[in-house]
Amino acid sequence: MGIPFEDGNFSLFVRGFLGTIELSALSALFALLLGFMLAAFRVSPVPVLRGFGTAWVTIFRNTPLTLMFFAVTFVLPRLDVHISSFTAAVAALSIYTGSFVCEVLRAGINTVPLGQAEAARSLGMGFGQTLGLVVLPQAARAVLAPMGSVFIALPRNSAIGGAFNVFELFSVQKTLTEKGYAIFAIFFWVALAYLVISFAVGAVFSALERRTAVAR
Amino acid sequence: MKARRTVAAALSVLALTAVAACGKDGTPNSDTNKGGSAAPQLPTYQVNADAKLDGSPVWTKAKAAGKLRIGAKSDQPFLGFEDVQTGKRNGFDIEIAKMVAADLGFSPDQIQFTTINSSARETSIAGDQIDYYVGTYSINDNRKKQIDFAGPYYIAGQSLLVNKDNTAITDAKSTEGKAVCTVTGSTSVDNIKTYNAKVTTFDSYSLCVEKLLTKEVDAVTTDDAILKGYAAKNQGKLKVVGEPFSKERYGIGLKKGDAVLQKAINDALKKHEDNGDWKKAYDATLGLSGSAAPAVPELDPTTAS
Repeated sequence: MGIPFEDGNFSLFVRGFLGTIELSALSALFALLLGFMLAAFRVSPVPVLRGFGTAWVTIFRNTPLTLMFFAVTFVLPRLDVHISSFTAAVAALSIYTGSFVCEVLRAGINTVPLGQAEAARSLGMGFGQTLGLVVLPQAARAVLAPMGSVFIALPRNSAIGGAFNVFELFSVQKTLTEKGYAIFAIFFWVALAYLVISFAVGAVFSALERRTAVAR
Repeated sequence: MKARRTVAAALSVLALTAVAACGKDGTPNSDTNKGGSAAPQLPTYQVNADAKLDGSPVWTKAKAAGKLRIGAKSDQPFLGFEDVQTGKRNGFDIEIAKMVAADLGFSPDQIQFTTINSSARETSIAGDQIDYYVGTYSINDNRKKQIDFAGPYYIAGQSLLVNKDNTAITDAKSTEGKAVCTVTGSTSVDNIKTYNAKVTTFDSYSLCVEKLLTKEVDAVTTDDAILKGYAAKNQGKLKVVGEPFSKERYGIGLKKGDAVLQKAINDALKKHEDNGDWKKAYDATLGLSGSAAPAVPELDPTTAS
């Protein structure tokens, strides 16, 4: 059962663990930026931007993530775009997760009464000010819980990277399986590692929720 | 409002078409390169109707049921491959399975092939789900604890697959600093790393071959038998180079303790190796890669007992 502590497997585990964290953290950052931008597009008064935001979400929220990995790994080189496997994995994960972030934010924005935006506008605020100073701060409280789910899903989705030349926890499982360790024991440790990451992300969001809680 | 919807719809359709086109790009090409009429023909095997294996529980049960259940791989071109459209299997391992079956007294229509992945091989043999297994199955001591082997019928070794016009890579040593692709977690990873190659890993060899064809990697490495299959599938584009730098003895896996069946399979292998069927089967499958047949392996004294 103590597989990580045998035969120098510990460094393998650490490398896989850090790989998963690095991949997830970078993707989370880009997904968040992308999601904010797309959400702004979707509620903006410009039809072209709204259309772009809608198209993006429709396509990438409905495409299986594995297919996205395939596209960035095998189709881009054919179009003469050459990027490293890690960059490709970050791109696939951010593009996919970004569309979910966008929809969560949009739902949050919809919870803010329309009167708030109208009041801001009547004070002479532009679209950016209305969204940034009045609407989003109020929307943030409502989106924390669903946003937490999106970012707990992300590290687990990152396992697909293991099949596309990124070394992370899932690759550790493959390597140890090939070495002939008992499958159940390997899965136990790999699942435990994912659980640690998910718990940490969940704890961060719970803390944020407590800090932003208000009586209604 | 209506115009906006139309634009949005048009955009999505456009994008989806692009995605669909991408999907098609990645589809593995079917066996279009099977060769013309001059290509080597597969041998046919005489079914031994008088086969009688007293004392073999596996054979007795199979004979009573009127069918032989054989485990194989389905995703290795010209080795163990299943055409999903027709449901037909072909390849060198499949031929070995058939020639042994003929000697055991089973005609081709009495054979029932089942696809079993590497990780489930020992459990399905020990658990009576199949009668024997033929599919790049390396004989080793760890596996011998759970099952018995007949053979070996082929000796493979880790080798390199490169583009036909590549002259820079000739053996394992020349892969230093080069991008080499193999399967995630496989033993080939550690082997090639000792030559300081830059290793790329994917979930399957077909993905590596795709990367090789677009020249994203310089070589693909694993057992030469598997590589020859891909070279045969991409005739004129890829070639296998270098002396094998490891030794994998492919055997037929069968239930532990059935010495009668083990001996019968070994006898069958010996007979078909001697009468030329083995060579014919090789030429019509892996031989299409352009690599000559290796020497017929000696039966292992520990399996031939």
